[in-house]
Amino acid sequence: MPTELAIDVQGMTKRFGALVAVDGVDLQVKRGEICGFLGPNGSGKTTFIRMLCGLLRADGGSGHCLGYNVITESELIKFEVGYLTQRFSFYEDLTIQENLEFVARMYGIPGRQAAVRECLSRLGLVDRRIQLAGKLSGGWKQRLALAACLLHQPKLLLLDEPTAGVDPKARRDFWNEIHSLAAQGLTFLIATHYMDEAERCHRLAFISKGKLLATGSSDQVLARANLTTWSVRGPQLLALSNDLTGLPGIEQVVAFGNTLHVSSSQQAALERAIAPFRKPPYIWQPIESGLEDVFIRLMDSSHTVEA
Amino acid sequence: MKQLPFFSVTRFFAIVAKEFIQMRRDRMTFGMMIGIPLMQLILFGFAINSDPKHLPAAILLADRGSQGRTLMQAAKNSAYFDLSQEFETTAEAEAALLHGRTQFVLNIPENFSRKLLRGEKPALLMEADATDPAATGNAVAALRALLNNALQNDLKGPLAFLKGSPGPIELIVHPHYNPEGVTQYNIVPGLMGVVLTLTMVIITGLAITRETESGTMETLLSMPTRPFEVLIGKIIPYIFVGYVQVSLILLAARFIFNVPMVGSIPLLLACALIFIAANLAVGITFSTIARNQRQAMQMAMFFFLPSLLLSGFMFPFRGMPHWAQTLGEILPLTHFLRVVRGILLKGSDFGDLIPELWPISLFLVLVLTGGGLRYRKTLD
Ligand SMILES: Nc1ncnc2c1ncn2[C@@H]1O[C@H](COP(=O)(O)OP(=O)(O)O)[C@@H](O)[C@H]1O
Ligand SMILES: [Mg+2]
Repeated sequence: MPTELAIDVQGMTKRFGALVAVDGVDLQVKRGEICGFLGPNGSGKTTFIRMLCGLLRADGGSGHCLGYNVITESELIKFEVGYLTQRFSFYEDLTIQENLEFVARMYGIPGRQAAVRECLSRLGLVDRRIQLAGKLSGGWKQRLALAACLLHQPKLLLLDEPTAGVDPKARRDFWNEIHSLAAQGLTFLIATHYMDEAERCHRLAFISKGKLLATGSSDQVLARANLTTWSVRGPQLLALSNDLTGLPGIEQVVAFGNTLHVSSSQQAALERAIAPFRKPPYIWQPIESGLEDVFIRLMDSSHTVEA
Repeated sequence: MKQLPFFSVTRFFAIVAKEFIQMRRDRMTFGMMIGIPLMQLILFGFAINSDPKHLPAAILLADRGSQGRTLMQAAKNSAYFDLSQEFETTAEAEAALLHGRTQFVLNIPENFSRKLLRGEKPALLMEADATDPAATGNAVAALRALLNNALQNDLKGPLAFLKGSPGPIELIVHPHYNPEGVTQYNIVPGLMGVVLTLTMVIITGLAITRETESGTMETLLSMPTRPFEVLIGKIIPYIFVGYVQVSLILLAARFIFNVPMVGSIPLLLACALIFIAANLAVGITFSTIARNQRQAMQMAMFFFLPSLLLSGFMFPFRGMPHWAQTLGEILPLTHFLRVVRGILLKGSDFGDLIPELWPISLFLVLVLTGGGLRYRKTLD
């Protein structure tokens, strides 16, 4: 009986020597959901994904992935999961078609040749099928890799930074495709560090230094953070930033292009703190906190907890 | 609970097909396939000599007189021979020589003592396995000296005249299998085994480390697969590389070095299959242990050098110290050298070769099992 949850794991932990790369992460993702997995570089996203599909042995944790035990049944999980690696890891000395045929054989896909042909035409690569995969540009490599991951019609896709180094138009096409696949019932866990992509996910999980700091829809994450943010424009923002940082009541000052975002979880204290600076040439404006403000806040507080 | 089948033919075939394509596109494979046999043929085209001792010898004593016994004792005391067997019939002696249980048979014919005492200069027949001429030549010379000395005491008084210079007996050496003592006959067939050991181990030694280093291991491991499907699938294509090399060397042996080919070539090709597979298995197992390609290469050398030195290719096997022979018996090359020389020079048939074929097969099974156990199913 298929359960509601495609991913349901608790306490997943992975150590590399003294480093705890993933530290007791719980995660639930419903079938058909797109879950964005956010976190800075080195926070443990790749490591967590690798544990889900049996590429790394977990040092702790339990749970299920597509109804299979995530620790003991990884060989069966592999049949129903597509894993797009962070770095292109298909065979560069094989042609596009040969790569797809290899994958099709490995999964024992019935009607292999038809499946490969269909995949090639969907990709628009029929004419270039005899080109070596290593000769493709970054964007095309990514499309090939995604197509190869979808070939065996997985129920869950684990995508590790799929849009890194891909141009904006290709990224938009990519996300449109993700949404149409999710509408057909596929579940996605997508690691990324682009905040604009986070907005396109049904659910977010934010990880930093191996620890899960927040989960939920973007509205939930924003509501729970309960952050008040003011934006300020004007000259000499760097000097202003230095003046503001560390004042009681101000928790975070971040530069965004031509503006500073000044945030705090205590609205009254924040307003008291900025009052002396609310005069020309500065233009102050209360704004809605964005995910980026929240995540920077989460990351900073996880630092201070450690320090 | 659902289970992944232990061995899937489809997945196995997926690996084989992929490896074939990659092999075809890989220049290094071609370099090794053609370059190594050529280089070795040139390097080892000349002889390597040494002076082995304690060669296994047997005696066929038909003479009832005391001089026959004296000679036997003298041969036993010599450092050149280990005279451990005595045969009753010529057939027994022939069989021992064919199977390599002994390298020499000293044949002291009936009435040898009587003829000697009558001054008839009796003949003494030495049958030698001359497939490895370096080993035979010195031993035969040693025997000549030894015989003359041994009889010094017996030939006294009225018999002293027999000591004269052509010698009291006539030693007839009957070299089997390589009567002219041509060293190339020994070296060139042996090269087949040496070249296969070197290339097969290196080629597959790189097979898994290459996937790890290029990152493709991550894709491979994320697909459902069993270790043996990967390991055996990666071995199969290189069997063809092995056969290209075997053919090259056989052609060189036949047309450049004029090595006689007494036995069955199809039988040789069949035996080569086991040997090639054994070496590929060594490489693939190294590949599961090594962390990177450089380590895999070092391991390949670590296996190749003892094979070269202890198999009887460089030095006559019987001439090596006991411990070295024991080590040598483990190595597939040792047995394959006997197979190649046996088939090409002695005309051995399958039955004769069984004692050499099972150790190679056992080695293959053990090494491959080790590789299967070592194969990492995860990235950590
Ligand atoms: N195989 C490994 N051996 C040792 N350390 C590793 C290994 N893989 C990852 N790490 C470390 O674990 C941490 C998390 O890495 P990773 O999961 O790749 O993060 P992310 O994908 O979020 O960038 C990093 O500090 C990284 O250096
Ligand atoms: Mg990563």
